Amino acid sequence: MRRNFLMKKITLLLFLVSFVSVAQHDESSVAEATSKDKGIKEQVKEFIDHHLQDSYSFDFFSITNDAGEITHYSLPLPVILWDNGLKVFSSSKFHHGETVAEVSGNYYTLYHSKIYKTDASGTIHYDAAHHPTNIKPLDFSFTKAISFVFLVALLMFFMFRKMAKNYEKNALPKGMGRLLEPIILYIRDDIAIPNIGKKHYKRYMSYLLTIFFFVWIINLLGLTPLGVNVTNNIAITFSLAIMTYLITTFTGNKSYWKHIFWMPGVPALMKIILAPIELLGTFIKPFALMIRLYANITAGHIVLMSIIGMMFVFHNWIGSSLSFVLAFILSLLELLVAALQAYIFTMLSSLYFGAAVEEHDEH
Amino acid sequence: MEGLNYVGAGLIVIGAGIGIGRIGGSAMDAIARQPEATGKIQTAMLIAAALIEGIGFAALFAA
Repeated sequence: MRRNFLMKKITLLLFLVSFVSVAQHDESSVAEATSKDKGIKEQVKEFIDHHLQDSYSFDFFSITNDAGEITHYSLPLPVILWDNGLKVFSSSKFHHGETVAEVSGNYYTLYHSKIYKTDASGTIHYDAAHHPTNIKPLDFSFTKAISFVFLVALLMFFMFRKMAKNYEKNALPKGMGRLLEPIILYIRDDIAIPNIGKKHYKRYMSYLLTIFFFVWIINLLGLTPLGVNVTNNIAITFSLAIMTYLITTFTGNKSYWKHIFWMPGVPALMKIILAPIELLGTFIKPFALMIRLYANITAGHIVLMSIIGMMFVFHNWIGSSLSFVLAFILSLLELLVAALQAYIFTMLSSLYFGAAVEEHDEH
Repeated sequence: MEGLNYVGAGLIVIGAGIGIGRIGGSAMDAIARQPEATGKIQTAMLIAAALIEGIGFAALFAA
């Protein structure tokens, strides 16, 4: 018993000593690394910035050989521009921003993941704040994010159609249905019915289920090594939020509008003050939905990638193992966040729909 | 006075942290008192936390 205790103490001591020695070693190596490896930190930062932006091709990996030449392995996607007529060409023409793409006499250059119209040599003009002043053609390109939106839409369509057909034959779920039936029932019984009410919930179920599974699946895809990040594109979350806003606005009943413009039960002066605030509130609600999803996923991706980037900044075992453990734990947290954000989006949407169709008794 | 916006963002994050912490703590108290209402309390807690979080993020983007 006593010996056991002693062993524990010795192990603990050894462990601490190893930490101290490593920490000292770490300090000296970091001090000399700051001057030498400044390039690595900037590379990591560049890589994160690149990951956060939508891209015109699927980048799998790139190899730098001994001579310093970089070979990219990627799948180009179509670029669709509207610039005095429709221009369609493959993004492979850009060669990852290294060359100028020439399409029927017009020249386009990729600069910081955005397309600009330039002259034949690809000159970019800057204003005082170092922003490019070149013309930006209207961009309808089939980018990486868009391709994944379509992929998830197709996946959901076939998955749920197959499930629905199964239910026609018998009431017992089969295959995917066994996994998804409890989730669908949860959305119906614990999100839709309590918030919208038994009378109206059926109208909104299809939208709520779609938004839940779309956001969930696409958030989960963002955690795979495919490098997709669709919901950290504010345009995507904007369109999701605008749908919630439009449905709320167009299904709102008389009492909903009355509560916005002429709140019953308060003095007349108060009604006049309240009306603009309530009207503003109808815009703020979907705006918050948009920002919440976008910011949560973006923050998650930045932190996760910075922690993985630590591995390249600290060139020793302790930094690498620490970053590995942290990245693992954070990935688990991100799995939770992926589901939680889908849940919150669905929950708040149903809350807004509920407010729009609520029938009030006399106050 | 450059960089003061970051101080403001920091203050807002502190505020949001306190807010979400209070919600979590109160929810814990409530669950301890009425374990049978756990589900409802959790839902209400998540909604309130999400609303505060939204303000926090909005402030971060403004900064």
